[in-house]
Amino acid sequence: MLTKVFATIAVVITGGLLLYGVSDFPAFGDPHSPANAGVGNEESISQYFITQTYKDTKVPNIVTAVLADYRGYDTMFETVVIFAAGIAIFAILRVTGNEAEKKSIKPPLDSSINGDHQRIIVGTTCRIVIPVVQMFALYVVAHGHHSPGGGFQGGVILGASFILVAMSEDLNAALRRFSEKTYLTLACVGILIYAGFGLMCQFLERNFLDYGILQKVLFTDGPEMARSHSMLGVEVGVAFTVTAIMFAIYANLSSRGVLKNGL
Amino acid sequence: MIFAFDIIILIFLVVAAIISLSVKDLLSSAMIFGIYGFLICLLWAEMGAVDVAFTEAAVGAGVSAVFFIATIYNTRRRSSD
Amino acid sequence: MSEFIQTNVQPYFNFWIYVVLMMIGLWALIAKNNLIKKLIGMSIFQTAIILFYVSLGVKDGSTIPILDHHGPEHHETADAGHDDVHEKEHGKKAEPHHADDHVGPNPDTIANPLPHVLMLTAIVVGVSTLGVALAIGQMIFKEFGTLEENEILEQIKAGNVDD
Repeated sequence: MLTKVFATIAVVITGGLLLYGVSDFPAFGDPHSPANAGVGNEESISQYFITQTYKDTKVPNIVTAVLADYRGYDTMFETVVIFAAGIAIFAILRVTGNEAEKKSIKPPLDSSINGDHQRIIVGTTCRIVIPVVQMFALYVVAHGHHSPGGGFQGGVILGASFILVAMSEDLNAALRRFSEKTYLTLACVGILIYAGFGLMCQFLERNFLDYGILQKVLFTDGPEMARSHSMLGVEVGVAFTVTAIMFAIYANLSSRGVLKNGL
Repeated sequence: MIFAFDIIILIFLVVAAIISLSVKDLLSSAMIFGIYGFLICLLWAEMGAVDVAFTEAAVGAGVSAVFFIATIYNTRRRSSD
Repeated sequence: MSEFIQTNVQPYFNFWIYVVLMMIGLWALIAKNNLIKKLIGMSIFQTAIILFYVSLGVKDGSTIPILDHHGPEHHETADAGHDDVHEKEHGKKAEPHHADDHVGPNPDTIANPLPHVLMLTAIVVGVSTLGVALAIGQMIFKEFGTLEENEILEQIKAGNVDD
Protein backbone atom coordinates (compact mmCIF):
# COMPACT_ATOMS: atom_id res chain seq x y z
CA MET A 1 0.00 0.00 0.00
CA LEU A 2 2.84 2.36 0.94
CA THR A 3 4.46 1.60 -2.41
CA LYS A 4 1.31 2.71 -4.23
CA VAL A 5 1.15 5.99 -2.33
CA PHE A 6 4.81 6.64 -3.03
CA ALA A 7 4.39 5.69 -6.70
CA THR A 8 1.40 8.01 -7.09
CA ILE A 9 3.30 10.92 -5.55
CA ALA A 10 6.35 10.32 -7.75
CA VAL A 11 4.24 9.96 -10.88
CA VAL A 12 2.19 13.09 -10.17
CA ILE A 13 5.29 15.21 -9.56
CA THR A 14 7.19 13.91 -12.60
CA GLY A 15 4.12 14.10 -14.83
CA GLY A 16 3.33 17.63 -13.68
CA LEU A 17 6.84 18.80 -14.45
CA LEU A 18 6.76 17.17 -17.88
CA LEU A 19 3.33 18.65 -18.68
CA TYR A 20 4.66 22.05 -17.66
CA GLY A 21 7.62 21.58 -19.97
CA VAL A 22 5.36 20.68 -22.91
CA SER A 23 4.16 24.29 -23.20
CA ASP A 24 7.63 25.34 -24.39
CA PHE A 25 7.65 22.87 -27.28
CA PRO A 26 7.17 23.88 -30.90
CA ALA A 27 3.62 23.07 -31.98
CA PHE A 28 2.87 19.53 -33.13
CA GLY A 29 3.34 19.30 -36.90
CA ASP A 30 5.24 22.57 -37.29
CA PRO A 31 7.44 22.25 -40.43
CA HIS A 32 9.78 24.98 -39.17
CA SER A 33 10.57 23.58 -35.74
CA PRO A 34 14.29 23.22 -34.94
CA ALA A 35 14.16 19.46 -35.40
CA ASN A 36 12.73 19.78 -38.90
CA ALA A 37 14.24 22.94 -40.34
CA GLY A 38 17.41 23.52 -38.33
CA VAL A 39 18.38 26.61 -36.37
CA GLY A 40 18.94 29.88 -38.19
CA ASN A 41 19.83 29.76 -41.86
CA GLU A 42 21.80 26.54 -41.63
CA GLU A 43 20.34 23.57 -43.46
CA SER A 44 19.49 20.79 -40.99
CA ILE A 45 20.78 17.26 -41.50
CA SER A 46 17.28 15.91 -42.15
CA GLN A 47 16.78 18.46 -44.95
CA TYR A 48 20.06 17.30 -46.43
CA PHE A 49 18.81 13.70 -46.34
CA ILE A 50 15.52 14.62 -48.02
CA THR A 51 17.04 16.67 -50.83
CA GLN A 52 20.25 14.74 -51.52
CA THR A 53 19.47 11.07 -50.85
CA TYR A 54 18.14 10.30 -54.30
CA LYS A 55 21.05 12.05 -55.97
CA ASP A 56 23.63 10.29 -53.77
CA THR A 57 22.26 6.77 -53.77
CA LYS A 58 19.38 6.36 -56.26
CA VAL A 59 17.24 4.93 -53.46
CA PRO A 60 13.72 6.39 -53.21
CA ASN A 61 13.08 5.20 -49.64
CA ILE A 62 14.95 7.77 -47.57
CA VAL A 63 14.61 5.80 -44.35
CA THR A 64 16.35 2.75 -45.79
CA ALA A 65 19.09 4.90 -47.30
CA VAL A 66 19.82 6.70 -44.03
CA LEU A 67 19.59 3.45 -42.07
CA ALA A 68 21.94 1.38 -44.20
CA ASP A 69 24.24 3.98 -45.71
CA TYR A 70 24.57 7.33 -43.92
CA ARG A 71 24.16 5.77 -40.48
CA GLY A 72 25.49 2.34 -41.41
CA TYR A 73 27.89 2.14 -38.48
CA ASP A 74 25.03 2.69 -36.03
CA THR A 75 22.87 0.03 -37.66
CA MET A 76 25.70 -2.48 -37.66
CA PHE A 77 26.10 -2.23 -33.91
CA GLU A 78 22.33 -2.28 -33.37
CA THR A 79 22.48 -5.64 -35.11
CA VAL A 80 25.29 -6.66 -32.79
CA VAL A 81 23.09 -5.69 -29.82
CA ILE A 82 20.36 -8.01 -31.11
CA PHE A 83 22.93 -10.77 -31.51
CA ALA A 84 24.21 -10.13 -27.97
CA ALA A 85 20.65 -10.35 -26.64
CA GLY A 86 20.24 -13.74 -28.32
CA ILE A 87 23.51 -14.97 -26.83
CA ALA A 88 22.49 -13.62 -23.41
CA ILE A 89 19.28 -15.64 -23.50
CA PHE A 90 21.29 -18.67 -24.55
CA ALA A 91 23.57 -18.13 -21.53
CA ILE A 92 20.69 -17.57 -19.09
CA LEU A 93 18.23 -20.29 -20.06
CA ARG A 94 19.85 -23.03 -22.11
CA VAL A 95 20.38 -26.34 -20.32
CA THR A 96 21.75 -29.57 -21.76
CA GLY A 97 22.43 -33.15 -20.75
CA ASN A 98 21.23 -34.48 -17.39
CA GLU A 99 19.71 -31.25 -16.22
CA ALA A 100 17.63 -31.09 -19.37
CA GLU A 101 16.10 -34.50 -18.62
CA LYS A 102 15.04 -33.29 -15.18
CA LYS A 103 13.58 -30.02 -16.37
CA SER A 104 11.90 -31.35 -19.48
CA ILE A 105 8.30 -30.22 -19.74
CA LYS A 106 5.73 -32.97 -20.01
CA PRO A 107 4.79 -33.52 -23.63
CA PRO A 108 1.36 -32.26 -24.68
CA LEU A 109 -1.46 -34.69 -23.93
CA ASP A 110 -2.08 -35.64 -27.52
CA SER A 111 0.79 -34.65 -29.73
CA SER A 112 -0.16 -36.93 -32.62
CA ILE A 113 -1.51 -35.02 -35.56
CA ASN A 114 -3.61 -37.87 -36.92
CA GLY A 115 -7.08 -37.97 -35.46
CA ASP A 116 -6.68 -34.75 -33.53
CA HIS A 117 -9.38 -32.53 -34.92
CA GLN A 118 -8.07 -29.24 -33.56
CA ARG A 119 -4.64 -29.87 -34.97
CA ILE A 120 -6.05 -30.70 -38.40
CA ILE A 121 -7.66 -27.29 -38.78
CA VAL A 122 -4.79 -25.29 -37.32
CA GLY A 123 -2.09 -27.40 -38.96
CA THR A 124 -3.62 -27.28 -42.43
CA THR A 125 -4.26 -23.56 -42.27
CA CYS A 126 -0.70 -22.88 -41.15
CA ARG A 127 0.74 -25.14 -43.82
CA ILE A 128 -1.00 -23.02 -46.45
CA VAL A 129 -0.20 -19.67 -44.82
CA ILE A 130 3.46 -20.18 -43.88
CA PRO A 131 4.92 -20.25 -47.44
CA VAL A 132 3.02 -17.08 -48.26
CA VAL A 133 4.37 -15.41 -45.12
CA GLN A 134 7.90 -16.41 -46.00
CA MET A 135 7.59 -15.18 -49.59
CA PHE A 136 6.25 -11.89 -48.26
CA ALA A 137 9.19 -11.64 -45.84
CA LEU A 138 11.67 -12.11 -48.67
CA TYR A 139 9.81 -9.48 -50.71
CA VAL A 140 10.02 -7.05 -47.78
CA VAL A 141 13.78 -7.58 -47.50
CA ALA A 142 14.46 -7.33 -51.22
CA HIS A 143 12.11 -4.42 -51.88
CA GLY A 144 13.13 -2.31 -48.91
CA HIS A 145 14.58 0.37 -51.18
CA HIS A 146 11.36 1.23 -52.94
CA SER A 147 8.66 0.56 -50.35
CA PRO A 148 8.44 0.42 -46.57
CA GLY A 149 10.46 -2.47 -45.29
CA GLY A 150 14.01 -3.65 -45.05
CA GLY A 151 16.18 -6.04 -43.13
CA PHE A 152 14.67 -5.58 -39.69
CA GLN A 153 11.02 -5.95 -40.73
CA GLY A 154 11.65 -8.79 -43.18
CA GLY A 155 13.80 -10.61 -40.64
CA VAL A 156 11.15 -10.36 -37.96
CA ILE A 157 8.44 -11.64 -40.33
CA LEU A 158 10.66 -14.53 -41.45
CA GLY A 159 11.40 -15.39 -37.81
CA ALA A 160 7.69 -15.18 -37.03
CA SER A 161 6.95 -17.71 -39.77
CA PHE A 162 9.20 -20.23 -38.00
CA ILE A 163 7.52 -19.36 -34.70
CA LEU A 164 4.22 -20.11 -36.45
CA VAL A 165 5.53 -23.56 -37.37
CA ALA A 166 6.46 -24.12 -33.73
CA MET A 167 3.04 -23.01 -32.49
CA SER A 168 0.94 -24.88 -35.03
CA GLU A 169 2.74 -28.23 -34.72
CA ASP A 170 5.26 -28.28 -31.89
CA LEU A 171 8.73 -26.99 -31.16
CA ASN A 172 10.41 -30.18 -32.34
CA ALA A 173 8.91 -29.79 -35.81
CA ALA A 174 10.25 -26.26 -36.06
CA LEU A 175 13.67 -27.31 -34.77
CA ARG A 176 13.87 -30.06 -37.38
CA ARG A 177 13.63 -27.36 -40.05
CA PHE A 178 15.73 -24.72 -38.28
CA SER A 179 18.00 -26.40 -35.76
CA GLU A 180 20.00 -24.74 -33.03
CA LYS A 181 23.24 -25.10 -34.93
CA THR A 182 21.67 -23.56 -38.04
CA TYR A 183 20.25 -20.52 -36.34
CA LEU A 184 23.35 -19.71 -34.35
CA THR A 185 25.44 -20.01 -37.53
CA LEU A 186 22.96 -17.85 -39.42
CA ALA A 187 23.08 -15.15 -36.75
CA CYS A 188 26.88 -15.00 -36.99
CA VAL A 189 26.80 -15.06 -40.80
CA GLY A 190 24.44 -12.06 -40.85
CA ILE A 191 26.82 -9.88 -38.87
CA LEU A 192 29.79 -11.13 -40.89
CA ILE A 193 28.03 -10.14 -44.13
CA TYR A 194 27.47 -6.65 -42.77
CA ALA A 195 31.02 -6.27 -41.47
CA GLY A 196 32.33 -7.85 -44.67
CA PHE A 197 30.86 -5.04 -46.75
CA GLY A 198 32.59 -2.56 -44.47
CA LEU A 199 35.90 -4.36 -44.61
CA MET A 200 35.70 -4.65 -48.38
CA CYS A 201 35.53 -0.85 -48.56
CA GLN A 202 38.61 -0.67 -46.34
CA PHE A 203 40.54 -3.04 -48.58
CA LEU A 204 39.75 -0.71 -51.47
CA GLU A 205 41.32 2.15 -49.50
CA ARG A 206 38.20 3.94 -48.35
CA ASN A 207 36.58 4.35 -44.96
CA PHE A 208 34.68 1.54 -43.25
CA LEU A 209 31.19 1.21 -44.83
CA ASP A 210 31.87 3.84 -47.51
CA TYR A 211 30.05 1.90 -50.22
CA GLY A 212 30.74 4.17 -53.19
CA ILE A 213 34.07 2.52 -53.96
CA LEU A 214 32.44 -0.89 -54.33
CA GLN A 215 31.57 -0.08 -57.94
CA LYS A 216 34.93 -1.68 -58.79
CA VAL A 217 33.72 -4.97 -57.34
CA LEU A 218 30.03 -4.82 -58.23
CA PHE A 219 30.59 -3.52 -61.81
CA THR A 220 27.91 -0.84 -61.60
CA ASP A 221 27.55 2.33 -63.62
CA GLY A 222 28.64 4.69 -60.87
CA PRO A 223 29.08 5.04 -57.13
CA GLU A 224 25.33 5.69 -56.70
CA MET A 225 24.25 2.28 -57.91
CA ALA A 226 27.09 0.68 -55.94
CA ARG A 227 25.70 2.26 -52.79
CA SER A 228 22.21 1.08 -53.68
CA HIS A 229 23.33 -2.52 -54.20
CA SER A 230 25.52 -2.54 -51.09
CA MET A 231 22.51 -1.42 -49.07
CA LEU A 232 20.64 -4.48 -50.30
CA GLY A 233 23.60 -6.61 -49.21
CA VAL A 234 23.76 -5.29 -45.68
CA GLU A 235 19.97 -5.50 -45.37
CA VAL A 236 20.23 -9.22 -46.17
CA GLY A 237 22.82 -9.55 -43.41
CA VAL A 238 20.56 -7.77 -40.93
CA ALA A 239 17.65 -10.00 -41.99
CA PHE A 240 19.68 -13.17 -41.33
CA THR A 241 20.64 -12.10 -37.81
CA VAL A 242 17.17 -10.87 -36.87
CA THR A 243 15.47 -14.02 -38.21
CA ALA A 244 17.79 -16.31 -36.28
CA ILE A 245 17.68 -14.38 -33.01
CA MET A 246 13.89 -13.96 -33.00
CA PHE A 247 13.43 -17.69 -33.41
CA ALA A 248 16.18 -18.42 -30.85
CA ILE A 249 14.50 -16.22 -28.25
CA TYR A 250 11.14 -17.89 -28.82
CA ALA A 251 12.57 -21.43 -28.76
CA ASN A 252 14.43 -20.85 -25.50
CA LEU A 253 11.59 -19.00 -23.78
CA SER A 254 8.89 -21.50 -24.71
CA SER A 255 10.80 -24.61 -23.61
CA ARG A 256 12.71 -23.19 -20.61
CA GLY A 257 15.96 -23.71 -22.46
CA VAL A 258 15.49 -27.44 -23.04
CA LEU A 259 14.60 -27.01 -26.71
CA LYS A 260 12.26 -29.99 -26.57
CA ASN A 261 8.48 -30.29 -26.19
CA GLY A 262 7.93 -26.58 -25.88
CA LEU A 263 4.76 -24.63 -26.45
CA MET B 1 -2.21 14.27 -39.93
CA ILE B 2 -5.88 14.47 -39.02
CA PHE B 3 -6.63 15.84 -35.58
CA ALA B 4 -9.91 13.95 -34.96
CA PHE B 5 -8.27 10.63 -35.90
CA ASP B 6 -5.37 11.49 -33.60
CA ILE B 7 -7.64 12.14 -30.62
CA ILE B 8 -9.58 8.91 -31.06
CA ILE B 9 -6.49 6.72 -31.30
CA LEU B 10 -4.71 8.48 -28.42
CA ILE B 11 -7.68 8.00 -26.12
CA PHE B 12 -7.95 4.34 -27.11
CA LEU B 13 -4.21 4.02 -26.40
CA VAL B 14 -4.56 5.28 -22.84
CA VAL B 15 -7.56 3.00 -22.28
CA ALA B 16 -5.71 -0.04 -23.67
CA ALA B 17 -2.64 0.71 -21.52
CA ILE B 18 -4.71 1.01 -18.34
CA ILE B 19 -6.75 -2.14 -19.06
CA SER B 20 -3.68 -4.24 -19.91
CA LEU B 21 -2.12 -3.21 -16.59
CA SER B 22 -5.24 -3.77 -14.48
CA VAL B 23 -6.44 -7.15 -15.81
CA LYS B 24 -5.54 -9.96 -13.40
CA ASP B 25 -5.26 -12.66 -16.03
CA LEU B 26 -1.79 -12.30 -17.52
CA LEU B 27 -2.77 -13.94 -20.83
CA SER B 28 -5.47 -11.32 -21.45
CA SER B 29 -2.99 -8.71 -20.34
CA ALA B 30 -0.53 -9.83 -23.04
CA MET B 31 -3.25 -9.87 -25.70
CA ILE B 32 -4.43 -6.37 -24.79
CA PHE B 33 -0.82 -5.28 -24.97
CA GLY B 34 -0.86 -6.60 -28.54
CA ILE B 35 -3.92 -4.42 -29.23
CA TYR B 36 -2.00 -1.47 -27.79
CA GLY B 37 0.81 -2.24 -30.24
CA PHE B 38 -1.56 -2.22 -33.23
CA LEU B 39 -3.09 1.09 -32.13
CA ILE B 40 0.39 2.64 -31.94
CA CYS B 41 1.10 1.20 -35.39
CA LEU B 42 -2.02 3.00 -36.72
CA LEU B 43 -0.89 6.23 -35.11
CA TRP B 44 2.53 6.02 -36.75
CA ALA B 45 1.11 5.20 -40.16
CA GLU B 46 -1.07 8.28 -39.82
CA MET B 47 1.97 10.41 -38.85
CA GLY B 48 3.73 9.37 -42.07
CA ALA B 49 6.26 7.08 -40.41
CA VAL B 50 5.45 4.04 -42.54
CA ASP B 51 8.66 2.14 -41.83
CA VAL B 52 8.26 2.54 -38.08
CA ALA B 53 4.62 1.49 -38.33
CA PHE B 54 5.58 -1.62 -40.28
CA THR B 55 8.21 -2.53 -37.70
CA GLU B 56 5.79 -2.01 -34.84
CA ALA B 57 3.13 -4.17 -36.55
CA ALA B 58 5.62 -7.02 -36.93
CA VAL B 59 7.55 -6.61 -33.67
CA GLY B 60 5.49 -4.84 -31.04
CA ALA B 61 2.14 -6.37 -31.82
CA GLY B 62 3.23 -9.76 -33.12
CA VAL B 63 6.48 -11.08 -31.72
CA SER B 64 6.55 -9.41 -28.30
CA ALA B 65 3.03 -10.67 -27.50
CA VAL B 66 4.21 -14.16 -28.46
CA PHE B 67 7.24 -13.82 -26.13
CA PHE B 68 4.94 -12.82 -23.28
CA ILE B 69 2.67 -15.81 -23.98
CA ALA B 70 5.65 -18.18 -24.07
CA THR B 71 6.78 -16.93 -20.66
CA ILE B 72 3.30 -17.06 -19.15
CA TYR B 73 2.95 -20.66 -20.40
CA ASN B 74 6.07 -21.61 -18.43
CA THR B 75 5.26 -19.63 -15.29
CA ARG B 76 1.89 -18.72 -13.78
CA ARG B 77 -1.13 -17.21 -15.44
CA ARG B 78 -2.71 -15.47 -12.46
CA SER B 79 -1.42 -12.19 -11.13
CA SER B 80 -2.19 -10.73 -7.72
CA ASP B 81 -2.85 -7.23 -8.99
CA MET C 1 -14.45 27.76 -28.48
CA SER C 2 -13.13 26.05 -31.58
CA GLU C 3 -10.54 28.80 -31.89
CA PHE C 4 -9.43 28.16 -28.32
CA ILE C 5 -9.01 24.46 -29.09
CA GLN C 6 -7.06 25.22 -32.24
CA THR C 7 -4.53 27.49 -30.55
CA ASN C 8 -4.20 25.94 -27.11
CA VAL C 9 -5.13 22.25 -27.37
CA GLN C 10 -4.33 21.02 -30.85
CA PRO C 11 -0.58 21.83 -30.87
CA TYR C 12 0.05 20.10 -27.53
CA PHE C 13 -2.60 17.40 -27.16
CA ASN C 14 -0.33 14.67 -28.52
CA PHE C 15 2.47 15.59 -26.12
CA TRP C 16 0.07 15.57 -23.16
CA ILE C 17 -1.05 12.05 -24.01
CA TYR C 18 2.57 10.89 -24.36
CA VAL C 19 3.27 12.21 -20.86
CA VAL C 20 0.19 10.40 -19.57
CA LEU C 21 1.29 7.13 -21.21
CA MET C 22 4.80 7.54 -19.85
CA MET C 23 3.47 8.08 -16.36
CA ILE C 24 1.20 5.02 -16.64
CA GLY C 25 4.31 2.99 -17.47
CA LEU C 26 6.32 4.53 -14.63
CA TRP C 27 3.50 3.89 -12.16
CA ALA C 28 3.33 0.25 -13.23
CA LEU C 29 7.10 -0.11 -12.86
CA ILE C 30 7.00 1.16 -9.28
CA ALA C 31 3.67 -0.02 -7.90
CA LYS C 32 2.76 -3.27 -9.67
CA ASN C 33 3.54 -6.43 -7.78
CA ASN C 34 3.83 -8.94 -10.62
CA LEU C 35 7.07 -8.97 -12.60
CA ILE C 36 5.33 -9.58 -15.96
CA LYS C 37 3.11 -6.56 -15.27
CA LYS C 38 6.23 -4.54 -14.56
CA LEU C 39 7.63 -5.57 -17.94
CA ILE C 40 4.41 -4.54 -19.70
CA GLY C 41 4.70 -1.19 -17.93
CA MET C 42 8.28 -0.88 -19.12
CA SER C 43 7.19 -1.55 -22.71
CA ILE C 44 4.48 1.12 -22.43
CA PHE C 45 7.07 3.60 -21.14
CA GLN C 46 9.32 2.72 -24.07
CA THR C 47 6.61 3.15 -26.69
CA ALA C 48 5.69 6.53 -25.19
CA ILE C 49 9.26 7.73 -25.67
CA ILE C 50 9.40 6.37 -29.22
CA LEU C 51 6.08 8.10 -29.96
CA PHE C 52 7.55 11.37 -28.73
CA TYR C 53 10.58 11.05 -31.00
CA VAL C 54 8.55 10.17 -34.08
CA SER C 55 6.14 13.04 -33.50
CA LEU C 56 9.06 15.50 -33.54
CA GLY C 57 9.44 14.70 -37.23
CA VAL C 58 5.82 15.33 -38.20
CA LYS C 59 5.16 18.20 -40.60
CA ASP C 60 1.67 19.46 -41.36
CA GLY C 61 0.49 18.35 -44.78
CA SER C 62 3.61 16.30 -45.45
CA THR C 63 3.82 12.94 -47.17
CA ILE C 64 5.74 9.76 -46.31
CA PRO C 65 9.54 9.79 -46.68
CA ILE C 66 9.56 7.71 -49.87
CA LEU C 67 10.29 9.68 -53.01
CA ASP C 68 8.52 9.36 -56.30
CA HIS C 69 9.82 6.48 -58.37
CA HIS C 70 10.54 8.66 -61.39
CA GLY C 71 12.92 10.85 -59.51
CA PRO C 72 12.85 14.28 -57.92
CA GLU C 73 12.07 16.28 -61.08
CA HIS C 74 8.60 14.81 -61.25
CA HIS C 75 8.11 15.64 -57.58
CA GLU C 76 9.07 19.23 -58.00
CA THR C 77 6.48 20.00 -60.63
CA ALA C 78 3.76 18.31 -58.61
CA ASP C 79 4.57 20.44 -55.59
CA ALA C 80 4.92 23.79 -57.33
CA GLY C 81 2.71 26.40 -55.72
CA HIS C 82 1.57 23.90 -53.14
CA ASP C 83 1.97 26.13 -50.12
CA ASP C 84 2.69 29.73 -50.87
CA VAL C 85 2.77 30.82 -47.22
CA HIS C 86 6.32 29.59 -46.73
CA GLU C 87 7.43 30.56 -50.21
CA LYS C 88 10.07 32.92 -48.95
CA GLU C 89 11.85 30.37 -46.78
CA HIS C 90 11.87 27.87 -49.61
CA GLY C 91 13.52 30.26 -51.95
CA LYS C 92 16.20 30.94 -49.39
CA LYS C 93 16.76 27.35 -48.36
CA ALA C 94 16.75 25.86 -51.82
CA GLU C 95 19.13 28.44 -53.22
CA PRO C 96 22.46 26.58 -52.77
CA HIS C 97 21.22 23.57 -54.75
CA HIS C 98 20.06 25.54 -57.76
CA ALA C 99 23.59 25.43 -59.07
CA ASP C 100 23.28 21.64 -59.44
CA ASP C 101 21.59 19.89 -62.32
CA HIS C 102 18.28 19.43 -60.55
CA VAL C 103 16.77 20.52 -57.26
CA GLY C 104 15.83 17.85 -54.77
CA PRO C 105 12.30 17.57 -53.42
CA ASN C 106 11.00 20.32 -51.20
CA PRO C 107 11.94 19.36 -47.59
CA ASP C 108 8.77 20.84 -46.13
CA THR C 109 6.52 18.43 -48.00
CA ILE C 110 8.17 15.25 -46.76
CA ALA C 111 8.18 13.96 -43.18
CA ASN C 112 11.49 14.14 -41.33
CA PRO C 113 13.16 10.73 -41.88
CA LEU C 114 15.81 10.97 -39.16
CA PRO C 115 13.63 10.16 -36.09
CA HIS C 116 12.10 7.25 -38.04
CA VAL C 117 15.53 5.72 -38.59
CA LEU C 118 16.59 6.11 -34.97
CA MET C 119 13.35 4.67 -33.60
CA LEU C 120 13.09 1.81 -36.09
CA THR C 121 16.19 0.19 -34.68
CA ALA C 122 15.14 1.08 -31.13
CA ILE C 123 11.95 -0.97 -31.52
CA VAL C 124 13.75 -4.10 -32.71
CA VAL C 125 16.46 -3.79 -30.06
CA GLY C 126 13.69 -3.19 -27.51
CA VAL C 127 11.99 -6.48 -28.28
CA SER C 128 15.21 -8.48 -28.01
CA THR C 129 16.05 -6.91 -24.66
CA LEU C 130 12.45 -7.67 -23.61
CA GLY C 131 13.29 -11.29 -24.44
CA VAL C 132 16.29 -11.14 -22.10
CA ALA C 133 14.09 -9.68 -19.34
CA LEU C 134 11.53 -12.46 -19.80
CA ALA C 135 14.31 -15.06 -19.65
CA ILE C 136 15.50 -13.61 -16.33
CA GLY C 137 11.86 -13.72 -15.19
CA GLN C 138 11.71 -17.43 -15.97
CA MET C 139 14.89 -18.01 -13.98
CA ILE C 140 13.39 -16.12 -11.03
CA PHE C 141 10.30 -18.31 -11.28
CA LYS C 142 12.47 -21.41 -11.27
CA GLU C 143 14.34 -20.18 -8.18
CA PHE C 144 11.43 -18.93 -6.08
CA GLY C 145 8.34 -20.56 -7.61
CA THR C 146 6.56 -17.24 -7.97
CA LEU C 147 6.65 -13.98 -9.88
CA GLU C 148 5.07 -11.82 -7.14
CA GLU C 149 7.53 -9.31 -5.82
CA ASN C 150 6.43 -9.39 -2.16
CA GLU C 151 6.64 -13.19 -1.98
CA ILE C 152 10.13 -13.13 -3.48
CA LEU C 153 11.24 -10.50 -0.96
CA GLU C 154 9.80 -12.56 1.91
CA GLN C 155 11.72 -15.62 0.77
CA ILE C 156 14.93 -13.61 0.53
CA LYS C 157 14.41 -12.17 4.03
CA ALA C 158 13.78 -15.64 5.45
CA GLY C 159 17.13 -16.69 4.01
CA ASN C 160 15.39 -19.22 1.82
CA VAL C 161 17.90 -18.93 -1.01
CA ASP C 162 20.30 -21.65 -1.88
CA ASP C 163 23.70 -20.36 -2.89
